[in-house]
Amino acid sequence: MFYRTAGQFKTDYQSDFALFPVRQDAWLLAFILLLAFVVFPMTADEFTFRALLIPVLIYSLAALGLNILTGFAGQLSLGTGAFMGVGAYACYKLVTIFPEINLIVAIALSGFFSATVGMAFGLPSLRIKGFYLAIATLAAQFFLVWLFQKWAWLYNYSTSGAIQVPNIDMFGITIAGPNAKAITQYYVVLCVVAVVTYLAINITRGRIGRIWKSIRDMDIAAELVGINLMKAKLLAFFVSSYIVGVAGALFVFLWRGAAEANLFDIPLSFRVLFIAIIGGLGSIMGNFLGAILIVALPVLLNTVPHLFGLSISSSAVEHLNVMIIGALIITFLILEPHGLARYWQVIREKLIIWPFPH
Amino acid sequence: MNQRPESTQFRHDDGASPAPGDLLLDVRNVSLAFGGVKAITDISFDVREGEIRAIIGPNGAGKTSMLNVINGFYTPQEGTIVFRGKERRSMRPHEAVGQGIARTFQNVALFKGMSTLDNIMAGRSVKMKRNIGWQMLWHGPAIREEIEHRQVVEEIIDFLEIQHIRRTPVGKLPYGLQKRVELGRALAMEPSLLLLDEPMAGMNLEEKEDMSRFIIDVNQQRGTTIALIEHDMGVVMDLSDRVVVLDYGKKIADGTPDVVKSDQAVIDAYLGVAH
Repeated sequence: MFYRTAGQFKTDYQSDFALFPVRQDAWLLAFILLLAFVVFPMTADEFTFRALLIPVLIYSLAALGLNILTGFAGQLSLGTGAFMGVGAYACYKLVTIFPEINLIVAIALSGFFSATVGMAFGLPSLRIKGFYLAIATLAAQFFLVWLFQKWAWLYNYSTSGAIQVPNIDMFGITIAGPNAKAITQYYVVLCVVAVVTYLAINITRGRIGRIWKSIRDMDIAAELVGINLMKAKLLAFFVSSYIVGVAGALFVFLWRGAAEANLFDIPLSFRVLFIAIIGGLGSIMGNFLGAILIVALPVLLNTVPHLFGLSISSSAVEHLNVMIIGALIITFLILEPHGLARYWQVIREKLIIWPFPH
Repeated sequence: MNQRPESTQFRHDDGASPAPGDLLLDVRNVSLAFGGVKAITDISFDVREGEIRAIIGPNGAGKTSMLNVINGFYTPQEGTIVFRGKERRSMRPHEAVGQGIARTFQNVALFKGMSTLDNIMAGRSVKMKRNIGWQMLWHGPAIREEIEHRQVVEEIIDFLEIQHIRRTPVGKLPYGLQKRVELGRALAMEPSLLLLDEPMAGMNLEEKEDMSRFIIDVNQQRGTTIALIEHDMGVVMDLSDRVVVLDYGKKIADGTPDVVKSDQAVIDAYLGVAH
C-alpha cells in the first residue's frame, strides 16, 4: 500500500544509480530528516538530548566507521575504542595548542590522526586475516590506552590525568564545554553525522565499495581481477579509522565533556562492535538501528517499569541491560547474521508486493 | 580446424598453418616444484594471437599449475614467460591483469555476497581511475565514469544472456550461471589473453553447448585469445585450434587436434600402457 514501484521506470543509468531508486524511500528519508532536524529539537528536553539523541548519533557514526572495515572490507577489528581515543586526544591537543581553531575543523583534522594510526595498526592485515587480525588490533587497543595514560603531554599534564573540554565558541554560540546547550550540540553532531554518512554511502556504492566487498567475499579472486589488496585494505583502515576518530572527537567534545584514558578501553570497542553486528554488518542504515537499540535499551529499562508501578533498582537495570544485550547478540548471530538492517529489507520487499504476494 | 569451417573466414589464415597471428605468449622451459614435488618440468609452448589454445592432460598433469604460472600466482624456479614481447619470471597477479591476462577458476571464485552486476563491475575496477575524493562526492567525473563502465558491463550481460539475474546475489545462482557470470567478470577486464580453467566442469550437455558457443563468440567477435583447460575431449577437439598435452608435468604432445588425437604418447597417457 505504501510502496508502489509501478510507474517508476529508469530510462538511463544515472537514474538507476540514484540513492533511492524507489520514490517512497526518499519520502521516508525526508520524513526521518524532518523528525531529526525539526520535531525532536522542538520537543526534546535536556535529558533526552544527553541520554538518547546525541549518543545514538555518535555511536552510529563510530559503528559506521567499524562497519566499513568489518562489514564492507571484511577485516575484523577490536581496536575501535582506542581509535576513538586517538581522535579525541588529537582534537584536545589541537584545540589547546591552537585555541582560535574552529571546532569543526579541529574535529575533521583529528580524524586524520586516528586514520594514520589505524592504518599503521592495519599493516598486519596484509599478512593475517580473521581472528588473528582481531588479536593484532587488540594489541592496538591495549597499547593506545596505555599511551593515553602514560603520555602526560596528551592531557596537558593535568593532575587528574583526564582531558577537560573548555568552552568553545563558534560564530558567537558556545558549542562545547560546560556552558554549551544540549540543543546546539545536538545540531552540530547531527550535521556532522549526516554529512559523513552521505560521503560514506557514496564511497561504498562505487568502485571502492565494490573493491572492498570483493576482498571481503574472496580475496584471492579479488587479486586476480587486478585489485591491489595492500592498497585497498590500507585504504579501508584509513577511511574506517578516520570516521571512528571523528566519532571519538564528537564523543568527548560534544557529549561527555571530559574523558579519562580508560573510557576508551575495550568495553567501548565491544559496544561499537555489538552495534555494528546487531545493526547489520555490511549495511549503512544498520548502524543507526543498532545504535538506537543499544542506547535506548537501558533508558527504556529505567523508565518503562516505573510506568507500570514496578520499582527496579538501578543496579538491577544495569544487570538486566547486559543480559538482554548478550541474549540479543547470540540471537542475531544465529537467526539473522545480517542484523536489523536485513529485517528492514525483508519488510520493505514484503511491503512492495503487499497485499498480493504472488 | 575442419570441425569449424565457418571460423576460417574470420582469420587471416594461409590454410596450411593452423595457428594464425603473431606470438602472444611464449612459455620457455618453465619448471615449477613445490619442495620435492615437481609440478612442471621444462615445459615450452606458445599461444598465438587470436587462437583458442587448449591445455589437456590427465589429473595431476600440471595444467592448473601452468595457468597459475602464466597469471603470476606461482613463480617458476626455472624458465621465463614472454607475454607481448615482455619477458618475466615473476609478478603479482594484479600486475598480470594490468598486462591483459584474465582468468576464471576451476571451482567458481565469485564474490558471493555481491550481485551479478557488481561482480562484473568489479572486473572493471582496474580500468576505473577516479579517486576517493570524487567517489565521496558522487558527482561529475565519478558518475560519468560509473555510467561509462556500466554500459560496457551491460553489453557483456547482453552478450552472455544473463539480464534476468542482474540484481541477484551470485551466491544464490545455480552453478552453470555462476560459471557464466565468472566468464563475464573475466571479459569485463577486456583481456588480450583469457585463461579458462575447466569452463565446463560439472555442467550438463545443454550448459556445455551454451558455454562452447560463448567461448567461440568471445574468440571470434571480440578477437580474444583463449587458453583453456578442459577434460571433455569432444569439446576440446571441436573448439581449439591447437592443443598441448601434459602428463606428469611434462609436455608429451603439441599440435592441431587431429595430430594430438593420433599421437601414440597421448593415447598411452589417457588409456595407460601395458608394462
